[in-house]
Amino acid sequence: MERIISVLVENKFGVLARVAGLFSARGYNIESLSVAPTLDPTTSMITIVTGGDERVIEQIMKQLNKVVEVLKVVDMTETSYLDRETALIKVHTRPDHRDEAIRIADIFRAKIVDSSPATYTIEVTGDVDKVEALINMLKPLGIKELIRTGRIAIPREAKLPSRREQQTAKA
Amino acid sequence: MKKTGAEIFVECLKEERVKVIFGIPGGVVLKLFDVLHQQKDVEVVLTRHEQGAAHMAEGYAKATGKAGVVLVTSGPGMTNIVTGLADAYMDSIPLVAFTGQVSTNLIGNDAFQEADNVGISRPCTKHNVLVKDVNDLARTIKEAFYIATTGRPGPVLVDIPKDVTTDKAEFKYPEKVNLRGYNPTYEGNKHQIKQAADEIMKAQKPVIYVGGGALFSDAADEILELAEITQIPVNMTLMGLGSFPGTHPLSMGMLGMHGSYCSNMAMHHADLLIAVGARFDDRVTGKLSDFCPEARVIHIDIDPTSIKKNVLAHIPIVGDVKAVLRQMNVLLRSMDGNQKDLKERRRPWRNQIEEWKRAHPLRYHQDDKITKPQYVIDKLFEITKHEGIVATDVGQHQMWAAQYFKGTRPRTFITSGGLGTMGFGLPAALGAQKAYPDRLVMCITSEGSFQMNLQELATAAGHKLPVKIVLLNNGFHGMVRQWQDLFYEGRYASSHLGKIPDFVKLADAYGIYGLRALKPAEVEPVLREGFKHKGPVLMDFHVDPFENCYPMIPAGGAQHEMVLEDPPELRRTQRSGAAKKKAEEGEGVLPA
Repeated sequence: MERIISVLVENKFGVLARVAGLFSARGYNIESLSVAPTLDPTTSMITIVTGGDERVIEQIMKQLNKVVEVLKVVDMTETSYLDRETALIKVHTRPDHRDEAIRIADIFRAKIVDSSPATYTIEVTGDVDKVEALINMLKPLGIKELIRTGRIAIPREAKLPSRREQQTAKA
Repeated sequence: MKKTGAEIFVECLKEERVKVIFGIPGGVVLKLFDVLHQQKDVEVVLTRHEQGAAHMAEGYAKATGKAGVVLVTSGPGMTNIVTGLADAYMDSIPLVAFTGQVSTNLIGNDAFQEADNVGISRPCTKHNVLVKDVNDLARTIKEAFYIATTGRPGPVLVDIPKDVTTDKAEFKYPEKVNLRGYNPTYEGNKHQIKQAADEIMKAQKPVIYVGGGALFSDAADEILELAEITQIPVNMTLMGLGSFPGTHPLSMGMLGMHGSYCSNMAMHHADLLIAVGARFDDRVTGKLSDFCPEARVIHIDIDPTSIKKNVLAHIPIVGDVKAVLRQMNVLLRSMDGNQKDLKERRRPWRNQIEEWKRAHPLRYHQDDKITKPQYVIDKLFEITKHEGIVATDVGQHQMWAAQYFKGTRPRTFITSGGLGTMGFGLPAALGAQKAYPDRLVMCITSEGSFQMNLQELATAAGHKLPVKIVLLNNGFHGMVRQWQDLFYEGRYASSHLGKIPDFVKLADAYGIYGLRALKPAEVEPVLREGFKHKGPVLMDFHVDPFENCYPMIPAGGAQHEMVLEDPPELRRTQRSGAAKKKAEEGEGVLPA
């Protein structure tokens, strides 16, 4: 099952290498990774999307907690949370496709942020499903270049069933 | 008044009450050595190779429980200690390694003797830091010692660029450390401890399984108390040897791949396992799916990552072993109104264990022609009455040393367990001897391991460290040969060493007393003569090159599937002399 793990760390050089090293040394893959300082400039939040069974995740969490510069580790899947990522998509736009591109962007509430005679660059922010769906819609037009930020996540303030509970309920 | 980085460095060592450091100078650490040279509080042991320095610091740390300190230069100086760091990391040995680094303005320029010390050491240290500003130096050193010695101990590397050693700053040693991300748990959860105590009282066939964590926690007394009040038999991992007296009637000796038959059988049939500062290493568990099939598991460890890593723990207790056992013992005493009843209740289990002990004790057959390696170790312990500190290398001799070791005191068996580093023994013994100049320190080694760090004989001679080296010379990488015999149809691929130096002459070249025993009858006289000598001694025992180490759980086997002796077909090939002949082709196994 996919997991989002938020790791609050000291904002110092080498910390990201140590955190990433924990994954690589144990053969765990990182699906996506995002790092930026928090409100307190001495700390950074690392958001890691990874996979693995219960035991693998438990080991990852414990190993992360063991790192001296790691201040807090949260498995978001155990909470109810919002997650977002941003993608910039450069699509080919033949003259007869330019309107279609604009329509698709509108439907997904994406923005066209750059344009050239033969391309549009579309910016989209949302959860993974939305970003994936937009990419799929744009594929027939021809995607020239695509870049994604990796996901960030924040817990919801109101108490709702956790993602894991939601998934179990569905199953 | 402001001090240079080098002066601050030495002041910090004094504040940490460091008496001795091990290392080798080089370009970027000249200033550090220069300041060390001008004071008397911290002694520098100049080793002959940086790997030797790291293992000496490990030996020192294992024998004393204090952090071992290493100081080496940048580039090759640092890369040479990597094996020592990895070894210390695996075996949780508190080490503080100071490495030189090129000046901050040159970092990343591929400067002379530059290496990414922090990057290289990251996966094999508990923590590491590059100090870029002299104002951070004292605090970083304080933190390094704190991190290395607290929680689950481990190696910490501090990388010091050359300009930081010459830059100046006000020196003030911090009184305490303030690390918001590092708070080891010492006190165990009360509820969990109570639950564990209940299980212990209920169990019919309990076993205590002690690992190296018990030694770092200084919990030998508490383990003895636990075993005695509950009448539960104890076995130890390789790293745990010494935490419980080997001579005690409740001791089952070592468990695992080459552990005693009764230890492993007891584990397999136990209904309750009390794991104390151990990490369920694969050499202990054997086949995981068949490990302790009937047992509930209580796991006490200071490192949460050790718990449920390999084996499910029904009652996990995160905390310092000593603190947890203290609480638990108090609880158990209050619960146990009737010691006699408990003794009675545990009797069938004790009897069963005695039966296993009697059925397959450790054994070997010594004739008058060729010395059995076990015989040498047996005699060695007989002569020394299991007193003194033993450091070993890695391989067959290590397992034999562990099997026959019946030491009663903690921190007297020093060996490379997790990483299995050949070449560990001699420097580790020297480090222990440096810590305790007046105690008997032995190094049990073999010709294969010994040759991996024999340059440290010069350190032994130079510092007059009277280590007694017992070298079991079988002409082979013995454990490799054993596996080739058992699993590779006797094809001795690169396990026969061929040309072996004359160790007596070698010792002589270093100014060390050398002795040799070719025959069984010479073993005891050589040991007695060697142990009488005041300085360092190298004793070269020529032993049976084809002796195998038993009992053994073959890799991937379960604990109750121990092999107790050579399979008949193997003995046949050896009897036919085919294997022997093969080994003797060319340069011969043993000198005449």
